[in-house]
Amino acid sequence: MKLELRNITKRFGSLVANDQITLSVAPGEVHCLLGENGAGKSTLMNVLYGLYQADAGEILIDGEARHFDSPGDAMAAGIGMVHQHFMLIPVFTVAENVMLGHEPTGRAGLLDLDRARARVREISARFGFDIDPDALVQDLPVGVQQRVEIIKALSHDASVLVFDEPTAVLTPQETDELMAIMRQLRDDGAAIVFISHKLREVREIADRITVIRHGAVVGEASPAASNAELAALMVGRSVELVVAKDPADPGEVVLAVSHLTVRDAHHRPVVDDVSFELRSGEILAVAGVQGNGQTELVEALLGLHERLEGDLVLAGERLNGRSVREVLDAGVGFVPEDRNRDGLVGEFSIAENLMLDRYRSEPFVAAGTVRRQFRDEFATSKVAEFDVRTQGIAMPVATLSGGNQQKVVLARELSRDLRLLVVAQPTRGIDVGSIEFVHQRLVEVRDSGVPVIVVSTELDEVTALADRIAVMYRGRFVGVVPADTPRDVLGLMMAGGAAQDAHTARTTQKEEEDHV
Amino acid sequence: MSSRADRARRGASEHEGASRPDVPGEVNRTRIVLQHILASSPLTIVFAVLAALLVSAVLIAATSAEVAAALPYVARRPLDLVVAVRDSVGGAYGALFRGAVFNSRQDGLAAQLKPLTESMSFATPLIMAGLGVALAFRAGLFNIGGRGQMLIGAACAGWVGFTFELPMAIHLPLALLAGIAGGALWGGLVGFLKARTGASEVILTIMLNYVAFYLVSYGLRTVLRNPESNNPKSPPIHESAELFPLLGSGYSLHVGFLVAVAAAFGCWWLIERSSLGFQFRAVGLNPHASHAAGMRIGRLYTWAMVLAGGLIGLAGANQALGISHAGFGSGIDAGIGFEAITVALLGRSRPWGVLAAGLLFGAFKAGGYSMQASQGIPVDIVLVVQSLIVLFIAAPALIRGLLRIPAPGTLVGASNGQGGAA
Repeated sequence: MKLELRNITKRFGSLVANDQITLSVAPGEVHCLLGENGAGKSTLMNVLYGLYQADAGEILIDGEARHFDSPGDAMAAGIGMVHQHFMLIPVFTVAENVMLGHEPTGRAGLLDLDRARARVREISARFGFDIDPDALVQDLPVGVQQRVEIIKALSHDASVLVFDEPTAVLTPQETDELMAIMRQLRDDGAAIVFISHKLREVREIADRITVIRHGAVVGEASPAASNAELAALMVGRSVELVVAKDPADPGEVVLAVSHLTVRDAHHRPVVDDVSFELRSGEILAVAGVQGNGQTELVEALLGLHERLEGDLVLAGERLNGRSVREVLDAGVGFVPEDRNRDGLVGEFSIAENLMLDRYRSEPFVAAGTVRRQFRDEFATSKVAEFDVRTQGIAMPVATLSGGNQQKVVLARELSRDLRLLVVAQPTRGIDVGSIEFVHQRLVEVRDSGVPVIVVSTELDEVTALADRIAVMYRGRFVGVVPADTPRDVLGLMMAGGAAQDAHTARTTQKEEEDHV
Repeated sequence: MSSRADRARRGASEHEGASRPDVPGEVNRTRIVLQHILASSPLTIVFAVLAALLVSAVLIAATSAEVAAALPYVARRPLDLVVAVRDSVGGAYGALFRGAVFNSRQDGLAAQLKPLTESMSFATPLIMAGLGVALAFRAGLFNIGGRGQMLIGAACAGWVGFTFELPMAIHLPLALLAGIAGGALWGGLVGFLKARTGASEVILTIMLNYVAFYLVSYGLRTVLRNPESNNPKSPPIHESAELFPLLGSGYSLHVGFLVAVAAAFGCWWLIERSSLGFQFRAVGLNPHASHAAGMRIGRLYTWAMVLAGGLIGLAGANQALGISHAGFGSGIDAGIGFEAITVALLGRSRPWGVLAAGLLFGAFKAGGYSMQASQGIPVDIVLVVQSLIVLFIAAPALIRGLLRIPAPGTLVGASNGQGGAA
């Protein structure tokens, strides 16, 4: 069965998540969809799977146009999806999960569990899985749960299989096993779409590679392409960002992070033994593909994370174990990566958002009462200073554009006495004019002597702002390199290439040490 | 309209990103429903009240004997049916109005306005308890524990009222404070458990309602029991702890009403003007951003429930000290703890709105009895009206569909979009 997507376009409001994407996959081949997080890969697959309706374009199966209103339609047409987050019911057995939605019934409508068990055994045997149909899914390791997902897809006779970031949750060994399974499925005649942002895996398994960026196909590549070529395609160099700034004049060490480890809910390290120092008057950019621990690193700095080991010392003051309040009071400014979730209260007015983290003391509060006159005067002056385009300070902040919302967050944080500014994805989802403004402001903060940490997945932003660049991969700093490091080297490091390309990493790191 | 796009992107990043640390008070479905109701426009509320009265009018007409009698020959004399419907509905709502606001059939303005004072009297505990539910709502908490908090508040106030003998200037405030403290303890317990364990306040409050009921029932057989009575009933409270009548003994309106108005003012200051209220509102709307701004969410939940429980405890004290001075039983809450939820919803959880909604529901109660007495229409029809009002408000899509009002989310990028979440 041959699957074709033709000119698929999907919009969310003004955001074009998929822009005329064309993609095809034939039986017996693995087609990789490569792109950064947020590039639109998952949206495209959700369109294919009937979870979203495309605004334009068509889906063809064996040359025939099809329309899927729901995942049920897609399944019936022979499309199976292995989701990144498993769609399994933990307290059900393997057999129960596999038959879910297609429960075979016997006499009097009773469930025919035996048939489901037999189906599980049959598929397991075909692929050499060792799975007990009566095991509870919650008792199985993650890699095995994924196989249950695969069995589930195959049990509906899927001939097109979509793997959505399947390795995100797997250990390296499990990943290798999955690769073997995918090869076997391919050789069996299945058409496979493999979604990933991990270059190593893509090169290893793909027969064809399509790279998408910002919702559009930017090119096809062969599996023989080098990591650097793929990284360049994936990260892109479309926007030239130039930020006017003088060379950094680093002073004394302000922030010292040593052996910082942050664990997730499953006690896996998401930030893994990270150490670095930050001096006053410099910008350290943390680059990396999203999901490599940057979010957790920032949260750890802010006191938002509880499961952390190691030391965070700000100007001689230990920060770990402190509450968010204490960290903020110690002079840490914070611009979160998701401002709508962590930075703003959408229904609050601009004026209220501008005092969101100064809600209990002078000058905003006196005798337990909010000083509304001061609040409004402050808001009026900040709106003017930061050029927030709005009809007034009483407008709910949710009515502002992304760029203006970011200016509100920035205005609030920069109006406190800062000793450190932590900024995550400062220009995500904001217009070009605001990007320039935000960048200029960050450089001004640096020039005033306050050290700045900028976490960004945009390589252009990283190179434009940074005095030094730390590249994160799988929770570790694979290297801290100077700002003029070539992009292809950075791209390689972001893809975890530093380990394979130890030479590059080592020499640049050495340069860096000389530099400081 | 970039909020939509941001949401889509946020969906994508949540989908692909690593798991986040747990913030107490995750956004849940209840909260989304709450936000919906709080965001409903005054127009929706007015419409809901009118629609409820209209539907109830149909019920009144349908159950009227005159209408039933006129039905068989409707084809020959249709006017009879119209008259019968008009008489039954007009009679009912007329009696409701005479019983709740102004009785033109009495002589003298004082007597004519007496129904209004009755309404205010009925409204008093509804306002107090409604404020308690509303305060919790604003902090993002669903306080279903009005019953338990009222019972404990009433028991504490009553106990102080019948145990001590003190001058009124000390005794009455002390008894009121005891009621507040009892409710605050019962509510605060919920907030504390939620903050510490992340347990749902909905479950906790419902369960604590039972605990409170049986605790008070047990108390009424032991420490709260009137030794001169065989029933599980408390002794009468001393006159020095009574909420004294405002307009003389001919009227039931007592000083509790002024306390309720003062409480509404206090809540208004607390929620809209104070630093604590700023934090309550922030947490109620976006716990994540509040957490990142340094607010201590668990502590705020606890305080919100302490204050909410205190207000509802005050309503309990109002009943023990103002209505049942002769002694109370375990039914003293009289369903007010639950009616308070509807009052808070109708008042959109704004203190002045709650005051108005409490007065409206107080008027329904007062008028309901007069309607039953003069027209033979069961007082339960008032409950139907109240329930329909809340139903119409709580089903905003229904109202919006009928009135063709755009959804609030399309204007302000509200919190519940399905956006890009896969």
